[in-house]
This record gives sequence, structure tokens and C-alpha cells, in this order.
Amino acid sequence: MWDFPIWPESASTVAPSVEALYLFIVALNIGMTALVFGLLVLFSVLYYRRADDQVPPQYHGSMLLEIGWTAIPTVICLIVFAWGVKVYAELVVPPADSMDVYIVGRQWMWKAQYPGGQREINALHAVLGKPVKLTITSEDVLHSFSIPAFRVKSDAVPGRYTTLWFQPTQAGVYHIFCTEYCGTEHSRMIGKITVMEEGDYQKWLSEKAELGDALQGRKLFAKLQCVTCHAGESQARAPSLEEIHMKRIPLSFDKGSPVAPGATVLADENYLRESIRYPSAKIAAGYQYPSIMPAYDESLVSEDEMFQLIAYIKSLKKGQTPTRNEHTTTPTALGAPAGRP
Amino acid sequence: MSTIITSAPALAPASKEPGQGGGVDYLNHETSIASWLLTLDHKRIGILYLVAMSAMFVLGGFYAGLIRAELITPKGDLMSSDFYNKSFTAHGVIMVFFVLIPLVPASLGNFMLPLMIGAKDVAFPRLNLISWYVYMIGAGFTLVALIGGGVDTGWTFYTPLSTTYLNSNVLLTATGLFILGFSSILTGLNFIVTIHRMRCPGMDWFRMPLFVWALYATSVIQLLGTPVIAITLALVGVERLLGVGIFDPRLGGDPILYQHLFWFYSHPAVYIMILPPLGVTNELISTFSRKPIFGYSMMAGASLAIAIFSFIVWAHHMFTSGLSPYAAMFFSLLTFSVAIPSGIKVFTWLATLFRGSISFDSPMLYAYGFIGLFTIGGMTGLFLSTLGTDIHFHDTYFVVAHFHYVMVGGAIVGFMGGLHFIWPKMFGRMYPEFLARMSAILIFVGFNLTFFPQFLVGYLGMPRRYHEYPNEFQVLNVFSTAGATVLGVGYLLPLLYLPWSVFFGEKAGRNPWGATTLDWTHTESPPTPHNFEETPVVTGEPYKYDTLFNKESALAGH
Ligand code: HEC
Ligand SMILES: [Cu+2]
Ligand SMILES: [Cu+2]
Repeated sequence: MWDFPIWPESASTVAPSVEALYLFIVALNIGMTALVFGLLVLFSVLYYRRADDQVPPQYHGSMLLEIGWTAIPTVICLIVFAWGVKVYAELVVPPADSMDVYIVGRQWMWKAQYPGGQREINALHAVLGKPVKLTITSEDVLHSFSIPAFRVKSDAVPGRYTTLWFQPTQAGVYHIFCTEYCGTEHSRMIGKITVMEEGDYQKWLSEKAELGDALQGRKLFAKLQCVTCHAGESQARAPSLEEIHMKRIPLSFDKGSPVAPGATVLADENYLRESIRYPSAKIAAGYQYPSIMPAYDESLVSEDEMFQLIAYIKSLKKGQTPTRNEHTTTPTALGAPAGRP
Repeated sequence: MSTIITSAPALAPASKEPGQGGGVDYLNHETSIASWLLTLDHKRIGILYLVAMSAMFVLGGFYAGLIRAELITPKGDLMSSDFYNKSFTAHGVIMVFFVLIPLVPASLGNFMLPLMIGAKDVAFPRLNLISWYVYMIGAGFTLVALIGGGVDTGWTFYTPLSTTYLNSNVLLTATGLFILGFSSILTGLNFIVTIHRMRCPGMDWFRMPLFVWALYATSVIQLLGTPVIAITLALVGVERLLGVGIFDPRLGGDPILYQHLFWFYSHPAVYIMILPPLGVTNELISTFSRKPIFGYSMMAGASLAIAIFSFIVWAHHMFTSGLSPYAAMFFSLLTFSVAIPSGIKVFTWLATLFRGSISFDSPMLYAYGFIGLFTIGGMTGLFLSTLGTDIHFHDTYFVVAHFHYVMVGGAIVGFMGGLHFIWPKMFGRMYPEFLARMSAILIFVGFNLTFFPQFLVGYLGMPRRYHEYPNEFQVLNVFSTAGATVLGVGYLLPLLYLPWSVFFGEKAGRNPWGATTLDWTHTESPPTPHNFEETPVVTGEPYKYDTLFNKESALAGH
């Protein structure tokens, strides 16, 4: 019990950057606190009341001083702000070669899905020196995924994706905490991340190997009959999904469609997810509102399956859309069009 | 008909002698229970609030004690998670909504405002009494909800947890807070009109004591901000009751929208809590150093600036919520804009003390404590407004420590200073000075011992609202609980000696501190029912000590 750390481990590439900024602000804190406490003590010693009828000189202000203590803190604040933005940019922009891992939070556990189809609960594995990008969502309430040793954190928000990335610099086992209050067992929504050498990692992966995410997504794509509309050869019923990830999609400005004329949208994970859950929220140009595509809610596509579908769409290259199976019938929009208010 | 004040005639310490006034005052002219419960006198209403809020503070403190007791050990061995969650929710809801937000304006503000601006009462005395009843009704609802089963949403009521996932008393609590909001709105409105319309002749805007400026800035926030939280709580009710999708994504809503609405009020609310104690501190620093506040108009301007800026920084509570990085940068930059006027205030006080005649009566000890703790609270805010560091600190104990430094170290300690300052005016009696100084010191020491370790454990990564935690955080948590015990004793003392002094304290005289504002120079202690026998006329600045020992004007003040 009496081991008594006051400094968290620093085990990712961004941790030292956060730390340097932290130390700078600590120095500012100590400086200002010393100044204020020092002057309070000094003035108390120098100017304590010596006689009951003592009246001190009555100063009313000094323009110079007042400008000084407005301007100097302003400059210091701007420096801290700019430095903060610089570190923040490191924190939010993942390197292009990051490995994707998908995280789903739910009361009260973390589920992780690897591209190779491996799954874990309340645990994560990463390779020393290899960047990992987490795409995070929640099945129920808000949660927040945090790894203090890496100085990273991102909320798990139901209904959308958030991201976080890190590159471990030190092998070991570190805490994962849920930092957003999420109900009764919030403080048990914790886990461990193990950082291992490449070789150990590959061994661990192969032990847990399953069908990869994209392949499972391909199966779902057929099973859910997406392919009946999104056929590779014809775009009459629906747009082609080949290579659409991270493209700018022109949107339709139609009666009732809730976007501005000429608007486009970046086809990132959030957009792909929204297109599947709430097809009418944004309509691709050339198609009508409300969308004829059925809304695939949680009962049809769980958050885990959603990740697989998206992994598949991201992997879809030109000419790879499976051909339509003649025997399946085309599903129609389930009931009323599910627009997102 | 009016006394002309050529210079603010503060009284010499001779006035410390007992036996002043001795006639009819607002306390003894009527004494029945009904005369208190139906009173329209702002001074009595201030005391009604004081009593109600003290009771709420004790209750909120009791829950804090439960939390600290549970956190002595890493395992959840004292209570269930469910009860723990209900305890911190109760602690937060009571302390934020029923203590901190109304604390200074409703008690000290109600009592002092008319006295300070030379008015017989606030603009709408009846509305003032209604505000108190609205407060009590809101408190009633909330207490029934908290005690009859409890709520476990946290004081932030984040959706969709609060709207679709919990089956505790969310609706009842929200109703209580919704009602309570009107008390805040009405008080704000009342003060704004009072300050605009009721100032005595000669009291122009730049002759008002700085506490009045602070109340004005606060009232503006109360009036503009509170309706937003009322609407937000109503929407939570609508979603919970009728299943209309507003915040829950399963129903087509957006949980982040809730956070925007909630913080649009709740960030400015932080300034509702801290601006009035900042204002009180001006009076204390000036009086106990016998100096005018250095840079009066800058100080008044800083209060207004804080009130305005406070409305454009709310998303700094949401940097990890998936906010667009550009919005995050924008809100980070704006957040620094509140740091500047806060800094100005601290520097201004230091400059005021420079070459002053400083006495260390207990209100001044509280004021020193306030400046120290507010400085630490404010400076540690830098870690949270800076994007690069906030991501790590967000929702950890670091944040808990930071806002307790501002809210308890700042608001509560500032309030205690103000209370000890005006106590002789309120009741015409002095409290035991030695005990009061002890309490000020105990609170300062206990406070730091409680909350400083939380900065450290927060940096280690310990999340907020954790019933159980990893073993390596234990030592710091034990320190924190030990400190809370000292802090508890510090609070207990005034709860004993202040009521005692009402009956047995030494008589105070009208101006025991040698203050220069109208409330001290022109009213008896305790004041007469209508405050001033004749309407005072002001001809000069509020803080003027060079005529302090001018016996003639001192007599004229009688
Ligand atoms: C009934 C026909 C139909 C079915 C079945 C269907 N879609 Fe669609 N989908 C469309 C149409 C039409 C659009 C374009 C209009 C719009 O944006 O909603 C579309 C758009 C999309 C988009 C957005 C593409 C863009 O360019 O903006 C994605 C992604 C998508 N669908 C994925 C799927 C997936 C995955 C499935 C199966 C789970 C599926 N769709 C099933 C008709 C369909
Ligand atoms: Cu949680
Ligand atoms: Cu804030």
C-alpha cells in the first residue's frame, strides 16, 4: 500500500510532449503562486497596522501597472494556448500506417475488435513502436476510453464514432479506465493494455485468429442483401461503394433533404455508419429523398457488425463488388423512412 | 431632508464601544414566527436564506463525508456502488444548486445591497420573499427525491444515461431544480432593477461599492443563463416521460446536444458562484488595509468582462467528446479570455495592500485564504483550458481538485469572510474573535490537505466518480480524507460560535471595522427596519479613508 507514485508512467510517443507542456504550466503555477503568497506575506510584515488611527496613503491606480498586468498574462496565455494546440495536433492526427482497432463500450465493459477478427473484452494488445488507431463507439450511454500512461482519452458516444491513437514506447501492462460516469458499475469498467514485442504479438494474434473483419463484413454484405442494390456493374438503384472511403461525396439537394445546395460530405467512418443506420440523413446526389435504402438499426446490424461492414467497405477495391445473387429478393424500406431529425 | 456627506464619514474605532443605537431595529421590532415567514424586509429575507442554505450545506457536507470515508480504501467496502453514486450525486446537486449558486447573492447580497446603495429595500420586496419560497419548494422536491430513494445521474445529468437508462428519481430531482431556477431568475431580476432604480442621490455607477458591481454582473448571468438550464431539464423530462427523441441516439436524438445546452448554463454558473465572493473580497481588502481599491474601474470592468466571456467558453468541458478539432481550438482560446480579468483582480488586491494599514481581523484572514486558494484554483485551470493537457486531465481527480479550489476555496471561503464581516451589522454583536481566526486557519489548512493530493492523484489518472480504485492511489486518498476531517472541524466552529454570538456576543457598534461604505457609516448595527432614517446623499467615491478620523463627519454620521 505504501508505494506512493506521484508521476504516471510515460509510455507513448505523445506522452513526453504532453509532459513538457505540463511542466511548463507547472512552472507558471509555481511562479504565480509564489508571487502571490510571497507578496501577501511581505506586505503583511511590512504594512501591518501599527496604530488604530493610522491612515495610509491613498493610491487610486496606475495606468502603466494596470496595462502591464493585463498585457503580460495575455501574452503568456497565448503562448500556452499555441503550445497546447501543437500538442493537441499530435494527439488527434493518427499516422497513416496505424493499425485499426475498433472499440465498443457498453455498461460496463469494453469490447475490442481487431482487423484479423480477434476479439477481447476489457483488454487490448499492442506492439511496441507500432501506431494503433482506435475507432470508438458505445452501445448504450456515454463512456470514455482512457489510457493514462499514454496520456490519451476519447469519449465513447452512442450514435457516432470518435477516434484516438497512440504509439507505445515501452513494453508493459497499463490501465484502461472508463472516465465518463456511466452508471452503477462505472468504476469497474476498467481493463489492461499489454504492450509487447512484434514477435510475441504475432504469436498472440495467431492463437486468437478468426475470420478477419473485412471478410466477415463481406458475408454480412451478402446476407443483409446490400448487394441487391449496391451492385458493382450498375448504379441505377444505388451508388457504387467501391473505393468510397475518404472520398468527398456530392449530396443531393432535393425537396425535404436536409442539406444545402452543392454540399458535399467526407465519406469517413462516421458518414458510412450514418448512411447505414439513417440512410435519409444525407442523400447521395442523383438519388431521391427519402432514401429507398432501409434503415439498418441495432436489431439488424449490431455495433460490432457495423464495424465489420465498414471494414469491408473500406477494403472494397474497383470491380470487387460481388455480383448479385439472382435468388435474393430486394428488401424495401422498412416502414416509414428513417430520417434523422 | 438629507444628510449631505461631503466625504464618506467612516467612524473611528471609538464606535467599537457597546451600547450604540439601543432602540428599535429590524430584529426586535417584531418577533413572531409569522413576522419572519411573511417579512418583506430584505434583511430578514437574507437571514432566511442564510438559515436554509446552512442547513443544505450541512447536508451536502454529510454526503461529502460519506464519499471521503468510502475512499479511504481502494475496495468498495463501506457502501454499495449504487449508494456511492447516489451520494456523490446528492453532494453535487445540493452543493452546486442549493448552496453555491444562491450562496452569496441571496444571503449577503440581499442583506447588503440596499444598505450599500442607500435604499430602503430592494425594488420588489414581495418578489424577493416569493424567491425564497420558490427556493424552499425546489429544495423540498429535491430533498424528497434524494432521500426517498436517491438519484444516481451525477449532478451533470448526462444523457442518455439520465433519460433512458436509469430508473431512479430523475424526474423529481429535475422538477426540483426547474423550480429552483425561478428563484435564481427572480433574484437576478430584482437586483438588476434595484441597482438601476434604487441608488440614492449621488450614488452614480462609479461610486458604487465593488460588491454591488459584482452582484450586478452575477444577476445578468442569472437572468440570461438560468432559462437555458430550465429548458434543458424540461427536455430531459420530455424525453424520459414521453420518449421523444432529443438526446438519445436510439430515438434519433443527440447526446452531445445535451452537453452543449447543459454547459451553456453551467459554465456561467461557475461565475454566478465566484463573482459575488470576488466582490466581497474587494470590500474586505479595502476595509482591512484602509486603502481604496487600486484601479476601481478596471475592477468593475473585470467583473462585467468575466460575466460576458463566461457565456462563450462552455465547450471546454467537451474537448474529449468528439468535438471538431477546430471548435476545440476556438473554445480553448476563448477560455483563456476569462483568465485575464481573473488575474487582474488578484493583482489589484495585491496593489491595494501595498503600503496599506493592514489588520488581521478574522474576515481579513478569510480574505487572504480566498486570494491564495483562488489563485491556485485559477492557475490550475490553465491545465484544463490548454488542449494538449486537458485530454489527459479531463474527468480525473485533477478536475475535482481544480473546481473545489475555485468553488470551496474561492466561493465558500469568500462567503465566510463576507459573513464574518457583516455579522456585526446583521446582529449587532461580535463573535469570539479567537475562535473565528482558528476556524479561518483550520479551513485553510484542512482545505489544502484535502484537495492538493487530488491534483496528484488526478495526474496519475484516477477518474472521477470511482467507487473503487487501483491500490496505488490509496495513500493520496487517505491524505485527502484526513484533510477533510480538519476541514470539517473548521466548518463546525462557526456553526457553533456564530449562533452563540447572536445572543451572548459583545455589542458591536455601528462601524466596528472602520469601513467607509453607506451600510457601515449610515446605519445602526443592527439596522433599523427601514435602514436609513433619512435618505443619504453621496458625493464621493466609496472607499475614502483619509477622513476616517475626522471626528466631525463621524458625528454627522450618527
Ligand atoms: C433498397 C436498396 C438498398 C439496399 C438494400 C441498401 N442500400 Fe445502401 N443505398 C441505397 C441508395 C439508393 C443509396 C443512395 C441514397 C442515400 O444516400 O441514401 C444508398 C447509399 C448507401 C451508402 C452511402 C453511399 C454514398 O455514396 O453516399 C452506403 C455506405 C450504403 N448505402 C451502404 C449500404 C449497406 C452496407 C447496405 C446493406 C447493409 C445497403 N447500403 C443496403 C440503396 C440501398
Ligand atoms: Cu464509465
Ligand atoms: Cu467551464
